Amino acid sequence: MKIIVNGEPIETETPTLEALLVKLGKGDAKVATSLNETFVPNTRRAEQCLKDGDRVEIVAPRQGG
Amino acid sequence: MPDFYGTEVASRLMLGTAQYPSPSVLAEAFRASAAGIATVSVRREAGGEQAGQDFWRLIQDLGVAVLPNTAGCHSVREAVTTAQMARELFDTNWIKLEVIGHSDTLQPDPFGLVDAAAQLIEDGFDVFPYCTEDLVLCERLIEVGCKVLMPWGAPIGTGMGLNNIYGLRSLRAHFPDVPLVVDAGLGLPSHVAQAMELGYDAVLLNTAVAKAGDPVAMAKAFALAVEAGALAAQADPMDARDMAVPSTPVLGKAIL
Repeated sequence: MKIIVNGEPIETETPTLEALLVKLGKGDAKVATSLNETFVPNTRRAEQCLKDGDRVEIVAPRQGG
Repeated sequence: MPDFYGTEVASRLMLGTAQYPSPSVLAEAFRASAAGIATVSVRREAGGEQAGQDFWRLIQDLGVAVLPNTAGCHSVREAVTTAQMARELFDTNWIKLEVIGHSDTLQPDPFGLVDAAAQLIEDGFDVFPYCTEDLVLCERLIEVGCKVLMPWGAPIGTGMGLNNIYGLRSLRAHFPDVPLVVDAGLGLPSHVAQAMELGYDAVLLNTAVAKAGDPVAMAKAFALAVEAGALAAQADPMDARDMAVPSTPVLGKAIL
């Protein structure tokens, strides 16, 4: 399936948000996630299934004013 | 010292973490400023990049309270989702709520701001709204549960100082018991001293320190200005007058 991760289209067969993070090397990273503009808490990533066309955002701490 | 949502902070200076020439200068500037709160954001991390993880370690080492923002959000939905992600990332209910309404001035969208603040407060957040000095807007923000107000001094990053002294003074007079923070547009220590002299509880700035030729020295200068202004406010400043009044006694002057 094709999904959009941080604005970039990618092909993946990872079934869940948790699996996607592991595949991207961010399984243990300090990140937060949203799916289709809705926040997904880290406790729900393992049960959050992905489907074709989903839009995923993965964010990390960053400098801010 | 200011109390934000039940947490007393040991400094009236809140400092942003963006735009410093290097992480070490950032850390040194924070030490020089004695700031009690650091503002941070959430952003995408490209590919295998670990910048966010490194930054988080740096912030933890500063030993200050962290105030995440929703910078760059133009819609209520964006701001609410960003706040939710920030709460999980930084493990705090505090959120500096920005809902931008105008791209050129980065002026807050007052309608979206009230809506987003209401939703977030309902969800358990402690909202620090980045707002204008508009009295009606600020009343609405208080009504929906904000216990801090953060009116702009001037548009973000301009360094123009306090654009509307009358408005800021009115806000202080109307909300004597609400912690008020001038956020944005402060360029010089004198601007900060002026905000404190108006009776404001704290100031939040970033660019003025980060983009100074010597950010560490400027951080110290701002720390001193905050202290001077706050002390002046406590000392009950004299009222300004239109007419001159001699300070040296007239009585006893030699008649020549």
